[in-house]
Amino acid sequence: MAIYLDHAATTPLRHEALEAMLPYLGGAFGNPSSAHSFGRAARNALDEAHERLATSLGGSAREIVVTSGGTEANNLAIKGAAWAGKARGHRLVMSAVEHHAVGHAMRHLEKFGFEVVEVPVDRDGVVDPDELDAALDDRTILVSVMLANNEVGTIQPIREIAERVRARRGVLFHVDAVQAAPTLDLDVRELGADLVTISAHKFEGPKGVGALWIRRGTQLLAQVHGGSQERHRRAGTENVAGAVGMAVAYECACADRPTTAIRLRALRARLAAACLAVDGVEITGHPAERLPGLLSLRVRGADGVAISVALDLDGIAASTGSACSTGSPEPSHVLTAMGYTDAEALGALRLSMGRSTTDAEVGEACLVVPRVIAEIRDGSAAQAADPLGVRLGA
Amino acid sequence: MARVLVAMSGGVDSSVAAALVAEAGHEVVGVWMRVHEGADAYSELKKSCCSADAAEDARRVAAQLDVPFYVLNLEREFEAGVIRPFLAAYLGGETPSPCVDCNSTVKFGALLGRARRLYGCDAVATGHYARRETVADADGRPVHRLRRGVDRAKDQAYFLYGLRQDQLAHAWFPLGELTKAEVRDLARARGLATAEKPESMEICFVPTGDPRDALRARTGWLPVEGPAIDARDGRVVGSHAGAAGYTVGQRRGLGLALGEPRYVSRVDPGANTIVLARRADLETRRFALADVTFVAGRPPGAEGGPFAARAQVRHRAEAVAAEVRPVGAPGSAASGRDGRWVVDTQVPVWAAAPGQACVLYDADDPDLVIGGGRIVRDDG
Repeated sequence: MAIYLDHAATTPLRHEALEAMLPYLGGAFGNPSSAHSFGRAARNALDEAHERLATSLGGSAREIVVTSGGTEANNLAIKGAAWAGKARGHRLVMSAVEHHAVGHAMRHLEKFGFEVVEVPVDRDGVVDPDELDAALDDRTILVSVMLANNEVGTIQPIREIAERVRARRGVLFHVDAVQAAPTLDLDVRELGADLVTISAHKFEGPKGVGALWIRRGTQLLAQVHGGSQERHRRAGTENVAGAVGMAVAYECACADRPTTAIRLRALRARLAAACLAVDGVEITGHPAERLPGLLSLRVRGADGVAISVALDLDGIAASTGSACSTGSPEPSHVLTAMGYTDAEALGALRLSMGRSTTDAEVGEACLVVPRVIAEIRDGSAAQAADPLGVRLGA
Repeated sequence: MARVLVAMSGGVDSSVAAALVAEAGHEVVGVWMRVHEGADAYSELKKSCCSADAAEDARRVAAQLDVPFYVLNLEREFEAGVIRPFLAAYLGGETPSPCVDCNSTVKFGALLGRARRLYGCDAVATGHYARRETVADADGRPVHRLRRGVDRAKDQAYFLYGLRQDQLAHAWFPLGELTKAEVRDLARARGLATAEKPESMEICFVPTGDPRDALRARTGWLPVEGPAIDARDGRVVGSHAGAAGYTVGQRRGLGLALGEPRYVSRVDPGANTIVLARRADLETRRFALADVTFVAGRPPGAEGGPFAARAQVRHRAEAVAAEVRPVGAPGSAASGRDGRWVVDTQVPVWAAAPGQACVLYDADDPDLVIGGGRIVRDDG
C-alpha cells in the first residue's frame, strides 16, 4: 500500500463524516426546499449542518453559505464583495502568494475595470502588514489574505493585517483559511475578518463542498442565480449529504486538533531531519510560523517533478507544491514571489502529513525520501548537463 | 521484468504499444510529453485544447491498463531540438524534418535520458511502426539494427534513421511486427479508449497546419512579396508571398496559371526569390548529404569508402538503388560521420529537397536501415 504524504492536496474521508452522510445518500434524499416530510427531513439536516459548522467556527448559522468547495467560496467572496462594493471603489488587494482560486478570480475582475494590487511577501512567504497597509487607499473595497499557504505552509499575521484593514472604513477583509482549517485554531470573529473560506476535503470531509462565512451585515452579491437557497446568496439545490459530512468532519477536526497538531509537528520534524541530511536540501517557508504537518522543501539543482514521479513509483505520494498534473512549465508563483528564481523554484517538493498519517509511514518515508531525493538530484545534474541525451552511454 | 517508459501520445498506436509492453510482463510508466504550450495558460477565451485532450486520452488508456501515468514537460528540449531547427530550415530555404529531430533529440534523447537517469527505466517504448533487432558482430558484441515496420504503408523507420547505437539499445517498438489494422483490432479487443481515434497527420506544434503561422509567431518573420523566377529562362513569371514560406516540390498555393504545372525547385530567402520548374526539371540522379549518421556507428563500405544502398528522399518516396560515396578521400577528415556523402541513384528521384532527410537502406535487405543524412543544395 502506497504511503500518502499529500494531505495538503486532499485527505481521506473520515468514517464519522461518511456515516453521518450515508442517510442523505440513501433514504433521506429529499429536497430541502420541498414542503413535504422528505423535504423537511433534508431541510432539518441542512439547518443542523449550518448550525454545527457555525458553532465550530465561532459564527452563527445564518452567516454560513455552503458552496461546492473552497474555490467557489473564494469566488463568491471576491466577486461578490467586488461587485457589491463597486460604487465605493475599485481596488482589490491580495498577497502575492494567494491560491489561484483567489488570484485568478481577482485577475478576472481586472477585465471589468477593477484594479488588483498584489502585496509582496518576504523570503519566508510572509506579508508585511505595514506594506499591505500602504496598498490600501480610499478606493479599496476588498483585501484577501490567506491564513496559511498551501504550498509552503507559512502562516500569515492575520490579526495584524486585520487591524490595518479594519482601520479603514468600507474595506472588506477576506481570509482563505482552506489550508489552515484542518490544523490551526480558527475562530472567525477573533480573526477580524468579514469573509472566511473553508473546504471540507482538506479536513477529512467530502470533496465538492466548502463554506464561506459571511459576517452578519456584509454586503455581497450572489454569483450563482436561481432559487433562494442559502438565503439568496447561492442558488441551487443544496448538497445535503456534503453539508452534513463537512459539519461532522469539522467538529471532529476541531476536537482532535490539539493532539493532531502536536503529533504532526513531531512527525514533520522527523521527516525534515531525514531530508535535510541530504546535501542540497533546504526548507522553504517560515521556519516557525507554519502549518504543523506540511514539509516544504527545495532541492538544489533537482527537478521537483522528477522527485515526485520517482517517489510515486516507489510508493510514496507527494507533490511539487500545488496539485498540478498538467506538466505546466510555470514554476510555483508562491516560490517566485518569495524571491526564488524560476530555476530554483523547479526543485520544489511538498510532503504533507495529516491526522491519519502513521508513525510507521513516516518511518518508511524517512528511509525512502532521502534516497530518492539524492538519486534524482544526481540524475538531474546528469540530465541538465546533457538535456538532449547526446551522451547516453550504453 | 523491466521498467519501461512508454511515450503515450493519446493516439491508438502508442496506446497499443503500452498495452503490449504491459502484457509482456514489464512495469510500464506511461508518459505524455508536453512539448509545446498547450491550453492551460490562464485564458477563458482560448478555445484550443487539443493537446490537453490528447493528454487526457493517454491518461484514460493508462488507467485502463492500470499503469502509472505522468505528464512531463519537455518544452525546452523540444524547442531546442525540434522547433528551432524547423524554423531555421524554413528561414534558410530548406525543408525541415521535425519528426526525425524529435525522435533523435526528444523521444530517444531528452525523454530517454530522463527515463534512464531519473525514473529508473531500462527502455523507452513508442508506437512507431519500425523494428529493432539485435545481432552479434564479428567479435560477438551486440549490434542493434533498425528495420522498417512490417506494415509498409505505415512504416516509420524513415523518421528513426538518426538513432545511435546507445539510443537503439534502449528503444522498443512493440508495433514493428504488426499492421495498422491489427493494431486497431488489438485496441478494440482491449476496449481501449483510443481504439477508434482517427489518425493525426499534422505537425504537432503547428496547430493551424500552416508553417508560415509558426514562422510569423515564433520568429517575427514578415513575409515580403518577391519574384517567382522560371527555372528554364530566368524570367520573372509571377510573384510569391514571402520566399521562406515555400518548400521545394511545392505545387499548391503558388497562385500561378502557366499552362504546364509548376513546382518550386529552389527557395532563396536571402534574395527573397523562388524558382519554379516543370515537373521533369525536379528530377535528379545525384545529390549530396550532410550530417550523415550510420545506425551501426560507422559506414558499411570497406574502409569508409563507397557502398551500394537504396536511397529514400522523403517519407513517402520509394527507396531507389544508389551508390553512396564519401566526399574527399576515405578516412580523411572530410568524409565519415559528420562529413558529406554523395548519392548517385540509378533512376532519378524527384524533388530531393535541401534539408530533408535522405534515408539509406541496405541494397540487398531493403528493410534494413543503414543510416542517412540531410540533403544539401547542389551548390552548397
